[in-house]
Amino acid sequence: MKLSATKTEISRSSSLLREISSLPRMMNVLKALKIERSNRQIQLEKFFKTSLVLIALGILILVVCFFLTLVVQSMPSIKALGFGFLFGKTWDPVSNVYGTYPFLLGTLLTSFLALIISVPFSFAIAIFLGEYYPRGWFSEFLKNSIELIAAVPSVIYGFWGLFVLVPLVRSLEIKMGVTPYGIGIFTSALILAIMIVPYAASLGREMIRMVPSSLKEAAYSLGATRFEVITAVILPYAKSGLMAGVLLSLGRALGETMAVTMVIGNTSLIPKSIFAPGNTMASVIANEFTEAASSLYLSSLIELGLVLFLVTVVINLIGKRIIKRFTTE
Amino acid sequence: MVILFSVICTVPLFVILIYILKEGITKINWHFLVNLPKPVGETGGGIANALIGSLLIVFFAAVIAIPIGIMGGIYLSENKKSWIATYTRLSVDVLQGTPSIVVGIVIYFWIVKPLSTFSALSGSVALAIMMLPIVVRSTEETLKLLPDSLKEAGFALGLPYQKVILRIILPCGFSGVISGVILAVARIAGETAPLLFTAFGNPYFSTNILKPMQSLPLLIFNYATSPYDEWHDLAWGAALILLLWVLLLNIITKIITRKWKIQF
Repeated sequence: MKLSATKTEISRSSSLLREISSLPRMMNVLKALKIERSNRQIQLEKFFKTSLVLIALGILILVVCFFLTLVVQSMPSIKALGFGFLFGKTWDPVSNVYGTYPFLLGTLLTSFLALIISVPFSFAIAIFLGEYYPRGWFSEFLKNSIELIAAVPSVIYGFWGLFVLVPLVRSLEIKMGVTPYGIGIFTSALILAIMIVPYAASLGREMIRMVPSSLKEAAYSLGATRFEVITAVILPYAKSGLMAGVLLSLGRALGETMAVTMVIGNTSLIPKSIFAPGNTMASVIANEFTEAASSLYLSSLIELGLVLFLVTVVINLIGKRIIKRFTTE
Repeated sequence: MVILFSVICTVPLFVILIYILKEGITKINWHFLVNLPKPVGETGGGIANALIGSLLIVFFAAVIAIPIGIMGGIYLSENKKSWIATYTRLSVDVLQGTPSIVVGIVIYFWIVKPLSTFSALSGSVALAIMMLPIVVRSTEETLKLLPDSLKEAGFALGLPYQKVILRIILPCGFSGVISGVILAVARIAGETAPLLFTAFGNPYFSTNILKPMQSLPLLIFNYATSPYDEWHDLAWGAALILLLWVLLLNIITKIITRKWKIQF
């Protein structure tokens, strides 16, 4: 019994010896596997990191190519018409005369009128939600409905405006004794005003909430009324932020196409009064792009798009820069 | 007076909602949803091609924009100081401010002219470009909220970089990223101007993405500005469907943000 035990012991110990002698080889195999796995890991990591950088570069190149495409495609009209393009008063594609002053005027008129109409409302909402009722069910309800105004697509605003607002404005014009077009600069400014209220309102609300409460409490302790605190402490402090909100609303109003196209009347003449039909840069592109027969026509439309692009982008960037400076102060 | 002004603001929204509900609800029935638009003068007809077209175009736009947007947002939130990040942030801001019609013009020259046909693909690319800034921005803001200790813990355990980002950081900020994506989809579902000369519209039913395709906002625009009453009815029904869809997406976003709020 003892002999067989020792025999198995010997065999077991010899097999163990064999394994122990092959251990360095196994260690090498394991090490090789580990190196291969970590090489693969490093490769995957590098792949992921470079693809992140490439995608970011891709976005950058996309925007640069955007701008270049606009410039290249509007080159024929820039060469042929020069600066008179911006100041010419007649837009007559049939006789190849392209002056975009009516559209510039139409865009500026609608956007600034919309801004003037909407700014009191935006500021009122910002003050109401920032100072009077920062919390509570009514403030949540108001905040959500203002954000919902921004979410509704613009064609629906144009559609509703065309069928509901235009007859209302028409009856107003009849009462005022003006030519009752119904459509025109005034109607489109009204619809734009409704559409751009949320941008200044939500931004203004954030800015007003960021006013440090120590300033407000100091004013209250000196005996100021709520109105005085708002006008003398909060508004001057949040002034730049509110301006940025107004600028962002302006940028949105300048680029708005669909709602304005449906109610502005599409007349390529200088509007005679606020109640007359006109045209904006965006709506003339939307209407005439697919029907531009000659290449000069097409490239003047694209030059119009380039001007629109530059103006809107500059206004938006200035607004965002002001916000960034205000929030990191 | 402030209260008066604030409340007056919400009046137009509810007036619009109720008016569209009133006008559109009588026009929607099963025939409306499955038929094609009929020629002028014939009653009946529906908006089936616009519904399917909208779904296809928005789906492809989301497929293109979501991966690129999320990766871009991850890069921007990881590197704050490199020059690529600064200029990419600037270009995302520029993209966010471009008017939608300018996007349509550029895609016309990039895709429609080379393929020499209007196509749903070009419409999808244009809508993807409009979606990109929103997705990048919301991903970046969400990932900036997360504390650095999560990432450091992942690295300390020996995880590679891509696993840390894709398996730890991104699932933590999931609600913010998803809400940005759904908001972007809701925004482009209602966009018409880029589609005016890229997808162009199609009176027939088509699922070929290399051919022109009808879309819900395009249909509303074309039919609302037409002089035919039957087309106006179709446009009211389509407007109601679009409005309900966009409102539903926005409500879903709010619920997601509230339920899975990122709190650290």
